[in-house]
Amino acid sequence: MSYPIKRLLVFPLVMLGVSVFVFIAIRLVPGDAITAMLGTESGLLTPAQRDALSAYFGLDQNWFIQFWRWFAGVLQGNFGISTTYGKPVMTIIWQHFPLTLELAILSMLIALSIGIPAGIYAAAHKDRPSDLILRIVAMFGQSTPSFVVGLLLIYLLSVGFGVLPEMGTFVPITEDPLANLAQMILPAITLGTAFAAAVIRMSRSTMLDILQEDYVRTARSKGMSRRRVIWRHALPNALIPVITLSGVEFGYLLGGAVLVEQIFALPGLGRTVLDAILQRDYALVQGSVLFIAFNFMIVNLLVDLAYAALDPRIRFETK
Amino acid sequence: MSLLSVRDLKVGFGPRPEENQVVHGVSFDLEPGETLAIVGETGSGKSVTSMAVNRLVDFGGGRITGGSISYTRSDGASLDLAAAAESELEQIRGREIGMIFQEPMTSLNPVMTIGAQIEEIFRLQQGLTRAGAREAACKALERVRIPDAARRLSYAPHQLSGGMLQRVMIAIALASNPRILIADEPTTALDVTIQAQIMGLLAQMKRETGTGMIFITHDIGLVAGIADRVMVMQDGKVVEQGPLDKVLDNPRHPYTQHLLSAVPHFSDGKSVRGDKASPDRVLKVEDLSVRFPVRTGLFRKHTGNIHAVEGVSFELRAGETLGIVGESGSGKSTTARAILDLVKSTGGVTQVDRTQTGGTEKPVQMVFQNPNASLNPRLTVQSILAEPMTAAGRRIDEEAVTRMEMLLSRVGLPADSLTRYPHEFSGGQRQRVCIARALMLKPSVLVLDEAVSALDVSVQAKVLDLLIDLQREFGLAYLFVTHDMAVVERIAHRIAVVYAGRVVEIGDARELLANPRHRYTRQLIEAVPSLERRRAEYSIDSRAMPSLVRPIGFTPEVEAWLGAGEDHFYRQEA
Repeated sequence: MSYPIKRLLVFPLVMLGVSVFVFIAIRLVPGDAITAMLGTESGLLTPAQRDALSAYFGLDQNWFIQFWRWFAGVLQGNFGISTTYGKPVMTIIWQHFPLTLELAILSMLIALSIGIPAGIYAAAHKDRPSDLILRIVAMFGQSTPSFVVGLLLIYLLSVGFGVLPEMGTFVPITEDPLANLAQMILPAITLGTAFAAAVIRMSRSTMLDILQEDYVRTARSKGMSRRRVIWRHALPNALIPVITLSGVEFGYLLGGAVLVEQIFALPGLGRTVLDAILQRDYALVQGSVLFIAFNFMIVNLLVDLAYAALDPRIRFETK
Repeated sequence: MSLLSVRDLKVGFGPRPEENQVVHGVSFDLEPGETLAIVGETGSGKSVTSMAVNRLVDFGGGRITGGSISYTRSDGASLDLAAAAESELEQIRGREIGMIFQEPMTSLNPVMTIGAQIEEIFRLQQGLTRAGAREAACKALERVRIPDAARRLSYAPHQLSGGMLQRVMIAIALASNPRILIADEPTTALDVTIQAQIMGLLAQMKRETGTGMIFITHDIGLVAGIADRVMVMQDGKVVEQGPLDKVLDNPRHPYTQHLLSAVPHFSDGKSVRGDKASPDRVLKVEDLSVRFPVRTGLFRKHTGNIHAVEGVSFELRAGETLGIVGESGSGKSTTARAILDLVKSTGGVTQVDRTQTGGTEKPVQMVFQNPNASLNPRLTVQSILAEPMTAAGRRIDEEAVTRMEMLLSRVGLPADSLTRYPHEFSGGQRQRVCIARALMLKPSVLVLDEAVSALDVSVQAKVLDLLIDLQREFGLAYLFVTHDMAVVERIAHRIAVVYAGRVVEIGDARELLANPRHRYTRQLIEAVPSLERRRAEYSIDSRAMPSLVRPIGFTPEVEAWLGAGEDHFYRQEA
């Protein structure tokens, strides 16, 4: 049986685990959906009205029954109704997810396209000033929290240059790609900084190791130029750990999106989840987290496939 | 004018290469079609010298700090490689100077097919197109006698054996008909029979192409088979150089004499030990088998077994060494490990007779191949020696420490060693620590798995002498696992030859080495380089060992034993 299919078979198990975990975690947070929904007005409810509302949302049952009802729905593709929006959870997710996905992909592109060349450059110029500078930059990039980067960027652009990023109404990429990109570029840089820094460090250190490998010496003994040795022989090997890193970092990007969307007032899934948590919108939190977990797994499956495409040793071992 | 003329070459490493010099003024010449062997031990500077010639040493942090390397190009112009610019060197490397390395397994890029790696040099150095390069690569593989060359082009390196990969390396190195070939220990990582194939191939290639060769080795026995001239190096200096016969027959320098006399050389059973073992049996192994399950598919279904060891039987007496000889994958190490229960045996009986050595609960102890890896770097020697006692549930008391001190002095280590850490010792000394550790529990049997293979040749001889002394003193029985025929000749009383998981020949060491009966034993002995066989023709037999994977329930056929003497038996061959 082929490797990707084997991996797909594990998906349902992980999804079940994630479901149980989120279901319990959100219920451990004090407060309840009805109070959160109605605010101070909830004090005016009679016990009977409150019970009626609880029964309407199914919150009067114990956790097992609640979980079972929800999970049985999920299995049939029904993620339930959001208490805050009064709409099906799936509809809301599809409304907000494209933005978060775009944000994650953009920041990944930025991080990889800056990080890999910079890391290779640093490795090729080991211990020279350019390497030292890149290492310091990478360390700062990795240790500065993304909200600080975001706020700094906004401050620099608005106060320093008088350019204010367009943050009014969000323009989807399907309507006006350029305007959309103008809106997304700052958040993407903010989100991608730490990732880019990690990629610089990872690609620099693997590149340094690989440049000491016997096969690199062989390539040199063939009379290849420094540049060719690096791009043709060393790079494919150095990419393998960077790709692994990308898969893991993708999870952080989805998590980091919660913060960045908040800072830049973007109506993405991250922000929706945050609101849903504050509103105790159980169905929406569960549905969104499950959805994000699913995406994370898909990305890591793709990572493994990319791995196999790069490294023949892996391709044949899975036979 | 010589093809290559090196004068007073000095190479140093690090930020201050003048102070950290490892090659101190080496001079030699190489004529077209000639083979110069550079012989020396670890740290002698032989590899650094050779890599200074094509300036690969630059990439390892080395700098040429003095001297010249004048190379005569095919048009007669002379070029000083020591001072040449990198762009000039890129024209020389691969095109005029080819190189092959020690470790074929790591010398090829694991993510590229071997075809791509051969084609590359044709495209780079001869400007061939993709299709042309592919055709040339196929011819190059055929030239190094790789069967089924066209199909192998699309293989990744991990799909080929070490011997095959070294042939690929030779194909790459010879691709553009270089005028100089540098071979840096090209057979050290390979089995003896494979070594013989590669040596045979190199000799043929040399004859076919007229390439001048620099052959670097630590094995002076190997030199006899291939070199025209020999240069011996020690501590970065040339101590002796001259024509092959002169250096081997009339060595002038004491170090050369030492290399020739102290180092184990194979001599067809003439230098086996003369002493006798006691008649008391300490270990009996009967019909030992080890099978590893092969699992495939999603549910890891058990679909077959690797018959790693099959029906191995032998006995071992006090004070006796049984040499277990075989090549990688033959099952010799697995046999040793199964006796210590380090791998589970699937059949057979291992019976240890407790004897005079003082009776201990763990009568079989082991010494491993690589002393660097088998000593915990964070423990002092005292803690290292204490471990077997702790593992046996003993207290570390005054008596234990006294024994540690006694053993350390017996293995020839200074008394203050107890408080030191492994990195403070040399490779040979570390192996002495390992031996002392194995002796802590007063065992009656020591299993030595390639115990001297990782050591330099002259250190090897000293450790072998130590082992023989200890054996006499404590009446130890040794199970000595090795691939090295010269070593086994020095230490074994009896020898068992293992091939494809079975003992194919067993008996008295002198008898067996002088009159091998089984086809495989003969092949093994013929492959061993020896000082007496000069410029030998190595035959190229590329038969591979049969696969050991068998279906479940497979009952192996048992070939009958044939007797060839009082203590000399071999398997009947089909």
